[in-house]
Amino acid sequence: MLQISDYSVAYGQSTIIGDMNLTLNPNEIIAVLGRNGMGKTTLMKSLIGMIPSQGGSVTLKNKELTPLKSFERVAAGVGFVPQGRMIFSTMTVKENIETGLTSTGKKVIPSDLYELFPVLDEMKDRRGGNLSGGQQQQLAIARALASEPSVLLLDEPTEGIQPSIIKEMARTLKKIRDKRGLSIMVSEQVLSFALDVADRILVIEKGKIVLDVPVAEADQETISKYLSV
Amino acid sequence: MFAEYTASELTSIFAMQGFAGLILFSVFVLMALGLAIIFGQMGVINMAHGEFMILGAYVTYLVSHLFADYMPESLYNSYFLIAMVLAFFVAGALGAFVEWAMIRHLYKRPLDTLLATWGLSLIMQQTYRTVFGAREVGVVLPDWLMGSVQLTDMIEIPINGIFVMILTVVITIGVAIMMQRSRLGKQTRAVVQNRPMAAAVGINTEKVDRLTFALGCGIAGIAGSAFTMIGSTGPTSGQLYIVDTFLVVVFGGAASLLGTVASAFTISQAQSTMEFFLSGSMAKVLTLLTVVGILMLRPEGLFTLKIRR
Repeated sequence: MLQISDYSVAYGQSTIIGDMNLTLNPNEIIAVLGRNGMGKTTLMKSLIGMIPSQGGSVTLKNKELTPLKSFERVAAGVGFVPQGRMIFSTMTVKENIETGLTSTGKKVIPSDLYELFPVLDEMKDRRGGNLSGGQQQQLAIARALASEPSVLLLDEPTEGIQPSIIKEMARTLKKIRDKRGLSIMVSEQVLSFALDVADRILVIEKGKIVLDVPVAEADQETISKYLSV
Repeated sequence: MFAEYTASELTSIFAMQGFAGLILFSVFVLMALGLAIIFGQMGVINMAHGEFMILGAYVTYLVSHLFADYMPESLYNSYFLIAMVLAFFVAGALGAFVEWAMIRHLYKRPLDTLLATWGLSLIMQQTYRTVFGAREVGVVLPDWLMGSVQLTDMIEIPINGIFVMILTVVITIGVAIMMQRSRLGKQTRAVVQNRPMAAAVGINTEKVDRLTFALGCGIAGIAGSAFTMIGSTGPTSGQLYIVDTFLVVVFGGAASLLGTVASAFTISQAQSTMEFFLSGSMAKVLTLLTVVGILMLRPEGLFTLKIRR
């Protein structure tokens, strides 16, 4: 599905991600764990094209993504839910989701999106900025799903969201995977959520993958050691 | 200052100055709509906006002459509609070209856009002077726009003014609907809010920028078309309006079209009524002072959206 090979990203001279190799299989959910500043967000942002990459390649269904601009990557099948959600706060919930339809050429929001997130249907005409954090997160996911991605990237989706909703979100993400048959990559700091949602756990440190285990074999203590400051 | 007039004279003065204010209001709104789209939505201060308006005026002038010279006289009455559409597309096309050649390289440098568009305005002015001559030109109005409506003995209202006002209302409503409902409108608003994020949900931001800029300039072209009905067109006519128009946009709150309309109304009415009783520059001073005062209390302009940011 998504194949990242010898991939590197740098800000000027300082390399954030160096020669990374990572494969995301069809229908798989992987969680990338790591402390602050280890390159999680940089990886996500560079995959969607917000930050240019320095070398290596990223292919999605054998299509090379690195020369493409953000909107072309979306058309190629990448969906992105950024850290801090970044919904369009002055636009209504409905309009927010409609922006995600751009690359598909559709005009009407598919009804199964509202089935996944019934609360968004209730709040259709509210401005995005007036939703709660959890609702905004759902909106950001719905907006990304509207472009019918084959890979969904979520950058720290649990940040600033209350624990009961985090559990709910793990369930929703799995449901989305099962229903739509896509692959999901989440970056996380919360270990319990990662263990809950993912099939495979990866730990990133100083821009390198230092651990890559199926969730069944994941040893909480070893991973916690990587996450503790 | 009111003492030397009788009550009925005062009423008609206010009515007629009020109406003159409404015509000024129309030009302000049409200019400010384009400017608000470009400045409010893209953060680009387009100093050449007045020249785009005058481009529309010159297009209208050319079309009226073509009609007078080459078309049967019976068709002359309808030249204005064709001129208006043409003005929109000519100004819009030039806008798209300018965005492509110049503005897009300067998006992160607001002061440089200011300087660059000011330079552009000088170039355009000189081009008009070379092509059309320094002297102001005017169009011959078709018959149905001549004359005025006599309301009472003392109050009469020119028909061309009424026409310009109706035109303004139609275009304003059209633009408002477009920004709210159409796909380009929604994409524009998304790009304005968060450019990298808009790209990350699949919007081609460069295309949206170009279309938005072209649209703003196109509306300025229409404003120029309307302008030919109430004033004569010269190379520097656009400059006279650009400062007032910026005042309108800032005062109204750059993000809100309703605010633009409301502030254009306030400023034009205040200007036009005071100009009759005081001198023109005193009127301007008073308006500016009031606007500055209100902006100190409400820095984001008259109308702002109440949301969490």
